[in-house]
Amino acid sequence: MKHFDVIVIGGGHAGTEAAAAAARVGASVALITQNAQKIGVMSCNPAIGGLGKGHLVREIDALDGIMGRAADDAGIQFRLLNRRKGPAVQGPRAQTDRELYAKAVQQYLRHQRKLVIVEGEVVDIVSQNHCVTGVVLSGDQRLTAKAVVVTVGTFLNGVIHIGSDTSRGGRMGDGPSIRLAAMLRDLGLAQGRLKTGTPPRLDGKTIAWDRIDQQEGDDEASLFSFLSDGPRVRQIACGVTHTNEATHAIIRTNLSKSAMYGGNIEGVGPRYCPSIEDKVVRFSEKTSHQVFLEPEGLTTDTVYPNGISSSLPIDVQAEYVRSIAGLEDVKILQPGYAIEYDYFDPRDMKSSLERKELSGLFFAGQINGTTGYEEAAAQGLVAGLNAAHCAQGKDPVHFHRSESYIGVLIDDLIMRGVTEPYRMFTSRAEYRLHLRADNADQRLTEFGISMGLVGEARAQRFHAKAEKLTMARSTLEAHSFTNKELRDNNIAVSSDGARRNGFEVIGAFNLAPLECERLLPELCALDADIRAQIYRDALYDRYLDRQRTSIEHLRKDEHLQIPRSLDYAGMSGLSTELAIKLQRILPSNLAQAAQIEGMTPSAMALLHAKIKRVDASRSRV
Amino acid sequence: MTETIFALATARGKAGVAVIRISGPCAVAAAASLGAVGLEPRRAALRRLVLRGDVLDDALVLHFPKGASFTGEDVVEIQAHGSVSVVAALLSALGSMPGLRMAEPGEFTRRALENGRLDLTQVEGLADLIDAETESQRKQAQRVLSGALGARVETWRQDLIRAAALIEAVIDFVDEDVPVDVTLEVRAVLDRLIAAFRSELQAGKVAERIRVGFEVAIVGSPNVGKSSLINVLSGREAAITSAIAGTTRDVIEVRMDIGGFAVTLLDTAGLRETEDEIEKLGIARAKERAMMADLRIVLLDPHEERPQVGLDSRDIVVWSKADLVQRPAAISSKTGLGLDWLLAEVERRLSSMNADSGLIIRERHRIAIERALGALELAQGMLTSHSEALELVAADLRDALSHLELLVGKVHVEVLLDEIFASFCIGK
Repeated sequence: MKHFDVIVIGGGHAGTEAAAAAARVGASVALITQNAQKIGVMSCNPAIGGLGKGHLVREIDALDGIMGRAADDAGIQFRLLNRRKGPAVQGPRAQTDRELYAKAVQQYLRHQRKLVIVEGEVVDIVSQNHCVTGVVLSGDQRLTAKAVVVTVGTFLNGVIHIGSDTSRGGRMGDGPSIRLAAMLRDLGLAQGRLKTGTPPRLDGKTIAWDRIDQQEGDDEASLFSFLSDGPRVRQIACGVTHTNEATHAIIRTNLSKSAMYGGNIEGVGPRYCPSIEDKVVRFSEKTSHQVFLEPEGLTTDTVYPNGISSSLPIDVQAEYVRSIAGLEDVKILQPGYAIEYDYFDPRDMKSSLERKELSGLFFAGQINGTTGYEEAAAQGLVAGLNAAHCAQGKDPVHFHRSESYIGVLIDDLIMRGVTEPYRMFTSRAEYRLHLRADNADQRLTEFGISMGLVGEARAQRFHAKAEKLTMARSTLEAHSFTNKELRDNNIAVSSDGARRNGFEVIGAFNLAPLECERLLPELCALDADIRAQIYRDALYDRYLDRQRTSIEHLRKDEHLQIPRSLDYAGMSGLSTELAIKLQRILPSNLAQAAQIEGMTPSAMALLHAKIKRVDASRSRV
Repeated sequence: MTETIFALATARGKAGVAVIRISGPCAVAAAASLGAVGLEPRRAALRRLVLRGDVLDDALVLHFPKGASFTGEDVVEIQAHGSVSVVAALLSALGSMPGLRMAEPGEFTRRALENGRLDLTQVEGLADLIDAETESQRKQAQRVLSGALGARVETWRQDLIRAAALIEAVIDFVDEDVPVDVTLEVRAVLDRLIAAFRSELQAGKVAERIRVGFEVAIVGSPNVGKSSLINVLSGREAAITSAIAGTTRDVIEVRMDIGGFAVTLLDTAGLRETEDEIEKLGIARAKERAMMADLRIVLLDPHEERPQVGLDSRDIVVWSKADLVQRPAAISSKTGLGLDWLLAEVERRLSSMNADSGLIIRERHRIAIERALGALELAQGMLTSHSEALELVAADLRDALSHLELLVGKVHVEVLLDEIFASFCIGK
């Protein structure tokens, strides 16, 4: 019988990051998948990143994860979204070549020390005294481990719907994980059902590209990885076309044949990724919706028509697709479909993504109710790191929502749960001005190094950059201006008498780079990327001051740990309703408790008092 | 850095002494900026509190240094005169200082607890107290938030959500079917909210009146019958009446209930030219008080055609001695003729003022709205000068929302997303 520190079930975006992260911090890892060829496959659209999502990828990269580098290796079109808005809300996005992406991921895993890939279907997770001890594969092969990370995506009781046809599957062409689902169900975990959808795939050879608009990538590509310098492969354009009244009429006529509208689907779908049926019904006043035609790679003719996912019967799909400009003669290679799957209530996890019911069991990805490759990968990294820590007897690692989108994601999941597939947006991050894609390394790499997550090459590169930034900043801060000097330079200053240093001046008056350089010639001596980073840091500095107080409040409350054994029901002065909520959520610290709906100041004081009492009695022992 | 918090530690309303407690790193500096300098630890000092040249009060000020105070932080206690206006002036002066804010319920206790200044039995006892306090605040807030006022708050909430959602939609959903430029609509919403908050702050003054009572001054020439009127209205001999002109030399106050409003009737000295120094003083004071009152009843002699004092649109003009000379809007203190009409008129006018009254019945509300207003003005300015910096506009809007949580409730990002998904077809 083979033994590992950590076993990861699933080879998708969560599983690969989890396995790689656990191995990077020194755990021996087995990644179990039904088909090793499918590791790193993109089941839905051939793109990585976007707003909030791109932020997550940069953070994964800052911690030396795989996704950013793989996306750069496979990127065939790079665009920085919101380029004309402020840097805090700019998100890198790339179209990727599906094959190249999976190949890149598989290659990174192959080169990862202490990581082995095992092909097989997990049919049971074995535990003893509420502690995970390993897994059983079909064919009764047993592997033991101190921690198990489950990242099975949409495979748990997956059901695929096309019109009224249903079939069991985790993805088109792959079987679902029914035995694992039944086994997890037997653990008594609270669960629900979600759905998502994907559009039909088109044959690019049959698209009239000359009759539709093109969307090119940026002239200057913004890559994901802090280690990348430029695109690796040929860059392409995407097509843009639109649905029309005829398309909508076809859909309306056939609405009852749609799996979703025919009542076959019980799961809840995401509102930000509606099917074309949904769009036509909910926004009936719109006569047209845009459709992006995204090539799936450089060596394939398959095209992903982003914006028209559907669970209509195949013939209706063909009819409405061919009503769209440029697609009149298009050939459908694979029909669109809706997929329903099980997820487990993420509120039953700790911030390490360990389940509260069974120690050593970690969940990451769609099984927790999220959607998207990036959300899955981010959770994978957290779960992998913590599973390794669990196996190594180290403390769990907590990602704070004031420091990373990863922290926002985990905190939202475990505190608020999900009602629809959870996707990241920048608006979810209250400290958005600080949590930028451009400074992910400044925020996280040092921490990654201290965890042992970050390799030597990245650490060196990071330290060199950090040193330059620190030097640049202190040079600017050493230069100070009086109000008169500023006014002499045509900068409108109120006469509050305070001197401002160079860094503050850049941030306070929204100066153009040219003005900055005239005022602070030191800037000209800096490397272009360092100078650009200084501008971005300075721009938000005064806003961050405001946020610091609220972050400190939050942190202070977070440091007050609430023992899991605290008896809420027996706490006098606490309303029954609140006691039940607290008992259900079991907040691990005071900040989490404060987030609970209906929490009152007096209840907070009471909790606080109880924690102090427990602390005091402990320190006496 | 820890924020410095302050609050009135004694009950609101008229009392001999009112204690305002300030706790935190800026406590001493805050007291000093009001003129309370040179405080020795734990020793009461009499200080004249001054703000921008205006004397607020002469008060006893105590400094409890960090480590030896109720909260464990630097604490300054101001023992001021227990007048509503003095307290309001002090609280608003403190609220305007950077780094200071009104304490949340239970916050002093909480800080005491965090700094290890309370033992557990004390804390639990205090938690009960806080509970009682927050319960009453909750009830009060509920009262405020029901009915017409609740509808107003709901409009604000919807407006804030709309503005924030529009901005977030443009930030988070590029490439989607959302309008490229939402600044026009956002600006309209901001203008509306800013105007609403300004008028709310104005109306807050009326709301304060409802709690502490309205003042109604009776003015008129000497011997026109002002004191007789007040006597008959109040049903007791509050003012001395006689046939000699100029009997009332000071301002006489009578508190009474008119149609459910707490009203202080002011009987003022008759307004006339006089050589009598004491009467002159009385007349000057009468004029001043009458001007400050919420409503004036101008009483005219049957022979006078128009009042000698300047009128406000809300003032009521009546002619006295209706028992001698009959005319419209005439009253008689002797026979009671027209008195019911007069009282009804006073009530009607107070009610109409009341209808404008706002939500602001607590200093905390006023500060919240002021800060929200400030944040919205910043957002408005940013939209005008740097309309591309939407993330900064959004930051200001979030600030405004967090200040208003007390009134409009917490607006979680999910609420914004609901609005976005309901308005726009997201999902390319």
